[in-house]
Amino acid sequence: MRDEHPAARALAGRHRLRPWEPIPWVLALAWYVVFPKHLGFGTEVLVTILFAVSLDLALGYAGVVTLGHAAFFGAGAYTVGMLAKHGVWNEPITSLLLAGLVAAAVGLGSGLVLLRTRGLTLLMLTLCTMALLEETANLGHAYTGGFDGLDSLPIAPLLGVFEFNPLYPRTQYLYVLTVLFLCFVFVRTLVHSPFGQSLTGIRENTLRMHAVGAPVRARLVVCYTLSAAVAGIAGGIWAQANAYVNLGTLGLDRAATVLIILALGGHGRLYGAFIGAAAYMMLSHFLSKIYPTAWQLGLGLLLVVIALFARNGILGIGAALWRRARLPRATS
Amino acid sequence: MIVGADVASVLLGGVAAGMVLFIVSVGLSITMGLMGFVNLAHGGFAMLGGYAIVYAMKVWGLGFVPALVFGFVVTAAGSAVLERLLYARLYKAAELDQVLFTIGLVFIMIAAVTLWFGPENQPVALPAMLQGQIDLGITRYRTYSVVLIAIGIVIVAGLWLGFERTRMGAQIRAAVDNRRMAESLGINIDRLFTATFAFGSGMAALGGGLGAEFLGLDPQYALKYLVYFLIVVAVGGLGRVTGVFYAALLIGVLDFVLKKYLPQGGALFIYALTILVLLWRPQGLFGARA
Amino acid sequence: MSVPLLETRALCRTFGAIAAARDIDFRLEAGARHALIGPNGAGKTTFVNLLAGAIAASSGAVLLKGRDVTRVAQAERVKLGLSRTFQINRLFRGLSVLENVYIPVAERVGAAPSMFRPAGRRRDVVDEAMQLLRTLRLADDAPRRVAELPYGRQRLVELAIALGRKPEVLLLDEPAAGVPSAESHIILDAIGDLPPHIAVLIIDHDMDLVFRFADRITVLVGGAVFATGSPREIGSNPDVRAVYLGQAAHG
Repeated sequence: MRDEHPAARALAGRHRLRPWEPIPWVLALAWYVVFPKHLGFGTEVLVTILFAVSLDLALGYAGVVTLGHAAFFGAGAYTVGMLAKHGVWNEPITSLLLAGLVAAAVGLGSGLVLLRTRGLTLLMLTLCTMALLEETANLGHAYTGGFDGLDSLPIAPLLGVFEFNPLYPRTQYLYVLTVLFLCFVFVRTLVHSPFGQSLTGIRENTLRMHAVGAPVRARLVVCYTLSAAVAGIAGGIWAQANAYVNLGTLGLDRAATVLIILALGGHGRLYGAFIGAAAYMMLSHFLSKIYPTAWQLGLGLLLVVIALFARNGILGIGAALWRRARLPRATS
Repeated sequence: MIVGADVASVLLGGVAAGMVLFIVSVGLSITMGLMGFVNLAHGGFAMLGGYAIVYAMKVWGLGFVPALVFGFVVTAAGSAVLERLLYARLYKAAELDQVLFTIGLVFIMIAAVTLWFGPENQPVALPAMLQGQIDLGITRYRTYSVVLIAIGIVIVAGLWLGFERTRMGAQIRAAVDNRRMAESLGINIDRLFTATFAFGSGMAALGGGLGAEFLGLDPQYALKYLVYFLIVVAVGGLGRVTGVFYAALLIGVLDFVLKKYLPQGGALFIYALTILVLLWRPQGLFGARA
Repeated sequence: MSVPLLETRALCRTFGAIAAARDIDFRLEAGARHALIGPNGAGKTTFVNLLAGAIAASSGAVLLKGRDVTRVAQAERVKLGLSRTFQINRLFRGLSVLENVYIPVAERVGAAPSMFRPAGRRRDVVDEAMQLLRTLRLADDAPRRVAELPYGRQRLVELAIALGRKPEVLLLDEPAAGVPSAESHIILDAIGDLPPHIAVLIIDHDMDLVFRFADRITVLVGGAVFATGSPREIGSNPDVRAVYLGQAAHG
């Protein structure tokens, strides 16, 4: 007997496409047409969005506070970079899949071991794991290029036809946009699935999830691994789009920035990554080079304000306003 | 005995560095153990203290020791204000919010210091008495480093006595072990937090000033050494003075030894060691099991 | 005599020098309505935590359906058919009532690991969750966020989550605690309507509730079993009265 109670229907329809969901993609395509001279910047924003989406899986859904997510970004980037630079493999799509697999392996290995801990211990372990990878990359400079990294990566043309031209990054932009779209569809599906529902349960009340028989740690490890895979793909497309990889892909700066971006946009809400990345990179692009100290001061103040008053970021503020606007009409 | 002198000088250097690490980190360990608050701005307090000390010496002409006292007091007072106004609002908040807040705070500190003093390294002029070398029998070593070791020993002994023998020390230990029970025993947790936070930040300032001579003092100090402070605290165990002491000495000596004999892989070794220790004992070498 | 659904043998738990549970022998049969009472600090919640596997025993054994589960983790015991509620609500506050019940049902039927179909499309899970809400008279609140409900109805959701697992053994830790007396009847009615085959252990201080539902009562004092018997035996036991009056004199 099908249950047609409104609550059941609401839950059944929860995953359906909202009318505003195509907007980011329309805007991204519009950018391609309207700002052909700024596609390099646009590509950077798209890669950052994908990286932030991957962090959202770990942080917003699995509740893992990590300052080391760049470990997976860098793992993916270096996979692509080393394969291409040393003449082993440079077909972009398969390299990207390999990047995701390598990053997933790192995520699985570290997740199995780290996710037994919580709080400061977990934070420190994520930090140290990333730092360990960074030092390893630094030491293995014969393979990784050390401090200077690997540049002029010879990436083969996409599908044999579309060249990655560093001066006219048109192929890069559309390629990255497509990868972002596919990965996002995957993450969105995951979040709306029963698995995603159980992750939300773990985030909302871990103790209760144990008490209803959920294998909490196994779920967290799977989520962390998937998050690492997506981060690795983000790193891989970054390396392919820039034809370059260096230690910065594994650095605390990148890891802290993506955390800030997600906090700014709103974590646990899928689209927070889009808003946060777009807002942060726009502001950073204009301000941080001209007034670096003022930028740092403003960023610091922003973080303090977010932590104290707007813990759910821009989307959180939007959701609260939306809820308040709907209140008089509430049926209850 | 060239080998002996070599080993002795590396050990002395490491122990001196460890003492500075200890002095800065002990405040972080106590406040994190007591308040359960992830304070990534702690390095910022060390930095601010260092700058206050440099300022007092350069602009007001204070001697080294009075400047240290000044740095301690000013940082303790400032941090107490921050604690009451801002930190206290986040004690019950999620860990992410605490991380974001303290990162934001440290960015503000760095920017403020850059705007006021500029981005260059601030040299610290040691008083003549502390410069030069001292003869220790086995070897001659830098006087200042030996003095640092002595100061460190005095401080750890003083803190240990303070925690074991005074009422406030007992209160802090009780609250670290079980906050709710401590509250129900009538201990004023708010005041305890503020006092402990102020003291811990003051100690950080002291460490920042004492260590400025060889760790340097520039706006990036707050973040450059943060990972080391966190490692010392995590490995030592939250809320344990002796734990932080041994962990700081261990890290300090390891760092020196590695820099000398394994210059390339030093940092990697320390990160790997930290990971192994934390996996083996998540509560730190000396921490209490949760 | 049938194998009891839940049993403990000489169960002990110490915290340092404190013995929170001392040599507890306990049996719970199918269909039982068993109450656990005792003065404050008697170790009732500790005992429930030991039964559920939230804390480990220092010595002794816990048997679930005849199987030794003393070393078995909490989540595993739940899969074997044991479910519990908490004295203070442990709900998924940001989620709707329906989602709160969806979660345990999804775990039980094995839908939870599924990653590629939308959660709402698992109609089997949704329908079962709605049906459970109907029996608890929570259906109208199904779409509302739990945080928005009055405390009494939240307490009912607390029970619903435990029932979503279709348990054979149900441990209720002060089910009516904190519920305003005007709303407490909804909890009492729900307990009264529990499926008869489930073995239920209720901890509570409310003597009306205890005497209304229990067919057997155990009194716990200082971590040890003080008395066990039918409600009438316990009610007329002078030593039990003394323990409670003594508590009142000191309290």
